[in-house]
Amino acid sequence: MSANCLNEARRVMTICNSCRYCEGFCAVFPAMELRRTFTDQDLKYFANLCHNCRDCYYACQYAPPHTFDLNVPKSLAKLRLETYEESTWPAALSGLFRNNGRAVLLTTSFCVLALLLITAAFNGFSLPFETYTGEDNTFYQVLPYKAIVSSFMVIGLVVFFCLMKGFLKFWQATGESLKDFFNLRANITAVWDVLRLKYLDGGGYGCNYPDDKFSMIRRNFHHGVFYGFMLCFTSTAVAAFYDHFLSSPAPYPFFSLPVLLGTTGGISIVIGCGGLLFLKEKMDSAPADIQGLSMDVGFILLLFLTSFSGLLLLLLRATPFMGILLIIHVGIVAAFFILMPYGKFIHGFLRYAALVKNAREQLVNKTDKK
Amino acid sequence: MSTDNNHPGSPSAKHFDILVIGGGNAALCAAMTARESGMDVLVLESAPKEFRGGNSRHTRNLRYLHEKENKYLTGPYPENEFWDDLMRVTKGKTNEELARFIIRESNDIGTWMEKHGCRFQPAMRGTLHLARTNAFFLGGGKALMNAYYAFAQHLGIKIEYDSEVVDLDIQYGRFLSANVKQQGGIRKIHAKSVIVASGGFQANLAWLKEYWGDSADNFIVRGTPYDKGKVLKVLLDNGVKSVGDPKQCHAVAIDARAPKFDGGIVTRLDCVAFGIVVNNQATRFYDEGEDFWPKRYAIWGRLVADQPDQIAYSIIDSKSIDLFMPSVFPPVEADSIEEMAEKLDLDSNGLNETINKFNKACKPGSFDPGELDDCKALDIDPVKSHWARPLDTPPFYGYPLKPGITFTYLGVEVNKKAGIIMENNQVAKNMFAAGEIMSGNILGQGYMAGFGMTIGTVFGRTAGKEAARYVSKLPE
Ligand SMILES: Cc1cc2nc3c(=O)[nH]c(=O)nc-3n(C[C@H](O)[C@H](O)[C@H](O)COP(=O)(O)OP(=O)(O)OC[C@H]3O[C@@H](n4cnc5c(N)ncnc54)[C@H](O)[C@@H]3O)c2cc1C
Ligand code: SF4
Ligand code: SF4
Repeated sequence: MSANCLNEARRVMTICNSCRYCEGFCAVFPAMELRRTFTDQDLKYFANLCHNCRDCYYACQYAPPHTFDLNVPKSLAKLRLETYEESTWPAALSGLFRNNGRAVLLTTSFCVLALLLITAAFNGFSLPFETYTGEDNTFYQVLPYKAIVSSFMVIGLVVFFCLMKGFLKFWQATGESLKDFFNLRANITAVWDVLRLKYLDGGGYGCNYPDDKFSMIRRNFHHGVFYGFMLCFTSTAVAAFYDHFLSSPAPYPFFSLPVLLGTTGGISIVIGCGGLLFLKEKMDSAPADIQGLSMDVGFILLLFLTSFSGLLLLLLRATPFMGILLIIHVGIVAAFFILMPYGKFIHGFLRYAALVKNAREQLVNKTDKK
Repeated sequence: MSTDNNHPGSPSAKHFDILVIGGGNAALCAAMTARESGMDVLVLESAPKEFRGGNSRHTRNLRYLHEKENKYLTGPYPENEFWDDLMRVTKGKTNEELARFIIRESNDIGTWMEKHGCRFQPAMRGTLHLARTNAFFLGGGKALMNAYYAFAQHLGIKIEYDSEVVDLDIQYGRFLSANVKQQGGIRKIHAKSVIVASGGFQANLAWLKEYWGDSADNFIVRGTPYDKGKVLKVLLDNGVKSVGDPKQCHAVAIDARAPKFDGGIVTRLDCVAFGIVVNNQATRFYDEGEDFWPKRYAIWGRLVADQPDQIAYSIIDSKSIDLFMPSVFPPVEADSIEEMAEKLDLDSNGLNETINKFNKACKPGSFDPGELDDCKALDIDPVKSHWARPLDTPPFYGYPLKPGITFTYLGVEVNKKAGIIMENNQVAKNMFAAGEIMSGNILGQGYMAGFGMTIGTVFGRTAGKEAARYVSKLPE
């Protein structure tokens, strides 16, 4: 963690705290107002409580070129990236956050290539290009069932462990103890904040994104990605259930629950990610932290490709392209999983931690007032 | 410099219906209203785009008449109460006809503002005492200005930045054209009517010196550096009748470390009532606890301005550090009075003596920052009427104070139609004024929170409407 980033965030928050004009936009300002001075822990917490809606940049009378050179979203984004690095587990991999796009590219290519080679080693090179009926056990003719399930189980467990370690590291870095996390009311509030994306709504009018106009567009695209992801997640869980307990392995017919959920989710993610990428391309970069751009784009692109390749697979699963598409899709999904703790994906975890902390302290504050 | 008259292709080639001078709240309200009456409107703002919006970009709320509570205001604010509040702050120094007009015309003005892009928020922590009377802009005045500029553009109003009006051609009480400084040259712009909304002259230190002498050098200008009063001066030189005491200004005590211009709201200090204030001779000079700070902060600008070198120091101890809004600059911290004296560059014996005397004079009472409490120091000159507690619990904290000027009172006289009045008491036909430049008609002295924006909004709209009415009656 660099002292520069913390000092700048502290300077910025000190100015804001004697101004407070932006208190209606989000949770950061009311949280700031509970304090007179800011510890490192406070600042890391604020950095992740900020949803980067940028409303407070365009509203700020002290924004550059004013001598105060105040840029709240940018300062907090820089610090946020450092909290990602600091929370990485194992710490040795924290370097992956800088130049994240390259990590995404390399991991994805590696996964796809490795799968291709493994398949070739088992089945010879011809198999991926045969024509399949798109029914019965055809997926597993290409990729052996046991290999797929067991490697994803292993990846899943390791990733889950790393994510939890990272989450905990951050939670503690904001000065909280583990037991404080288990506060039911705070968690309910935080979940509700997440489901609505409360703090991308800028006090009811949306973000100043991609430019200085208020708009809900980014929030809506983000909803597309979030709920699409949840649908895909559910689809996978249902498929696993069918497979294990109903002995009905993939692929499933189009009008089956897993495929319907997955397809809707996939389309939703493709639209959401496509939209977010489009907005990012158009955005005014003055309030943005350019260093984090590669991480943002890498993540959105990877998620986009995961869904896109999945949808393509669905469409072409009865053609000679099925084999190669399956390998590409599974390779991308594997890369997506492996990179979860080392890319933008963790923003969800750290932000959730910040929202729980916020809900908790605002609850305490309310009871104190009574 | 060339006088570039009617340069083809440039806006000067064209005769606008209405020229609006200024780019703050009053100017935009006027421009939008005129445009909505079908006028061809040009706005000239002397600031560059990044600093557009004058002092209005530093504001936070406005006060308006409302019979019922609404989404943002917690209860009614009826005409009588509004009027009484105004009488109290101005001590009756107001033009009743205009003041009543503003109050009535402000009725539910929030609705009009919202239709023009303004977003409000309910009052939150720290500002709840204004939650019933004042509506807060979501994100503050700059957000409001952004919204108004966007709306003005959408309406088709022409806006030019970096365009300082330096002269007006006025003949027989009639506006003909304006000279504007643009890209190093002077351009002449013709319009059928002009609305002047260029604020006060508080950023013009040379002009302030005419009344304050060299002490004006030590003033800090809280708002925009672009309100230099150039157009005000031109108007007064051209036979327009003035209003308001030229020597008066609204000045508060702010942190001496603030930038010379544009420091805005964050440089204010709310610690004065909880400690003592000394000048650079280490002596007290006024009752720090006379009344609640929001009711007194506006006299402290003048009080500090009257001290040697226009500087003073507010000193509190650790008992009081959490009682007021946090400051933007950290306090000077010291574990002893000697150390404080050294850090503030004050005479150590003198400061010690002042504080000892003060501490001895403090009578025990029950301290309550929310009330005019009974902690008094009366056997001392000057007395401290409330919140007097001995400074005895280190660490001690010190804040340097300087006068921070918010706005000046001198302006142009107007009638209820925002028409500018000439020295011969004739109303100028095609010249209108709105905002700070005419607020001296209503605020003969004093100020009340959120009223500057009310004056600008009501008179901006009035000026826009009346100028449009005038232009539409002209023969083709
Ligand atoms: C820190 C601070 C906080 C405040 N808070 C509040 C508040 O919360 N509520 C409230 O009601 N009032 C507040 N006020 C007072 C308020 O700012 C003014 O009453 C109000 O903004 C006046 O509006 P205006 O449009 O007349 O002037 P301004 O907003 O100052 O606009 C004047 C405009 O004219 C332009 N201009 C000046 N000279 C020329 C020229 N020669 N040619 C072209 N353009 C020119 C300037 O660049 C500027 O854009 C505050 C003031 C300050 C300093
Ligand atoms: S971002 Fe600017 S306007 Fe908003 S609270 Fe901070 S200092 Fe005030
Ligand atoms: S960018 Fe948005 S979420 Fe972040 S601090 Fe500013 S207003 Fe709050």
